[in-house]
Amino acid sequence: MRAGLAAVFAAVVISGGVVLAEELLPYRIVSNVIPASLTGASGDATRGRTIVLNRAVGLCLLCHSGPFPEERFQGNLAPDLKGTGTRWSVEELRMRMVDSRQLNRDTIMPAYYALDGLNRVAPAYSGKPLLTAEQIEDVVAFLATLRD
Amino acid sequence: MNRRMSLLRTVVCRAVVSAMTAFAIAGAALGADIPLDKRRSGYADLGRDSKAMQDDDTINPATLWVLDGEALWKEKTGAANRACADCHQDATISMKGVAARYPAFSPARKAPIDLEQRINLCRSEHQQAPPLAYESHDLLALTAYVGRQSRGMAVTPPSDGRLTPFIEAGRKLFTRRIGQIDMSCAQCHDDNWGKKLAGSLIPQAQPTGYPIYRLEWQSLGSLQRRLRNCMTGLRAEAYEYGAPENVNLELFLMWRARGMQVETPAVRP
Repeated sequence: MRAGLAAVFAAVVISGGVVLAEELLPYRIVSNVIPASLTGASGDATRGRTIVLNRAVGLCLLCHSGPFPEERFQGNLAPDLKGTGTRWSVEELRMRMVDSRQLNRDTIMPAYYALDGLNRVAPAYSGKPLLTAEQIEDVVAFLATLRD
Repeated sequence: MNRRMSLLRTVVCRAVVSAMTAFAIAGAALGADIPLDKRRSGYADLGRDSKAMQDDDTINPATLWVLDGEALWKEKTGAANRACADCHQDATISMKGVAARYPAFSPARKAPIDLEQRINLCRSEHQQAPPLAYESHDLLALTAYVGRQSRGMAVTPPSDGRLTPFIEAGRKLFTRRIGQIDMSCAQCHDDNWGKKLAGSLIPQAQPTGYPIYRLEWQSLGSLQRRLRNCMTGLRAEAYEYGAPENVNLELFLMWRARGMQVETPAVRP
């Protein structure tokens, strides 16, 4: 596992009001975790819950099930989110959300905060991470509350 | 000298065999092909009503396209004013087994072509008619009618060495991660079939029933339409209709389904 400054970035280029690429904030991986908040602030668990349950935003429930009895049609391609906050620390959760490929090259979990190593991204999504840094922190904060 | 040579040959052979065994074992892990006897058509997972709909021509909505295809087969068209039937006569005889062996190699294009492209080649070469667009009613109708003549027959990809590099190209596309979601076809349809993506059962992506009547579409649609659906879902730029990548994927999928039964026109959720 490489340590150090791992973030890829793209400068924000605003030309005629059109955002051509978004910026990824730099982050530091230390011993398989990302110790510091991407934004410098703590996430909001309530907003995080909304993101996790929204199938067009977080996409989480396409593959994962979780302790959300009101949600129908949850996936079972990936581990149940129940107890996630007991199994993993906030720093470990952040690493897994940002770029789980760094832990397991063959994982089916998409990197939610990466722009490198992707193929044929549709123009509408090109240069954009799956979630913003703020959303990542919100989701991490919510996942940390899922305790056994 | 001879003995030494034969000893050497034995050693080399053993090394090759053990290397092949190691490869085969590695291949059995994640990312491997579905064993032939574990292959399963999406039909097996249909509810009773959908199975009945597929099995009974009188209630299969795709029958409307098949009947239109039959009419088009006999209709004179193009500058040549010829019908398919003028060359091929009775499709129930001449087209039997044709869809089961497509895509096939086209010497003129030096590449495989799918059934839709074959129909359009006939139109341009023999009928002097303009090509029909993918997903147009008439092309779906003709494809469904020709495909129907292979129903119940085994998928039989041609044993044509010229296709080999294209099958491999299709396999590469099948296993390549794409889109913002960064997943490959194989990660769902080889490694995780039978599980649920949200509420939907992940099928093996067997191409045995195309064109299919898809309840979600409320229409008949081609295999390429289905492939493009998945690519778009991964937030990838889908390959254009008729693009070599889509044809290579179709070819790989038919090779992967070799020996399975043609179900055209199938019904799917």
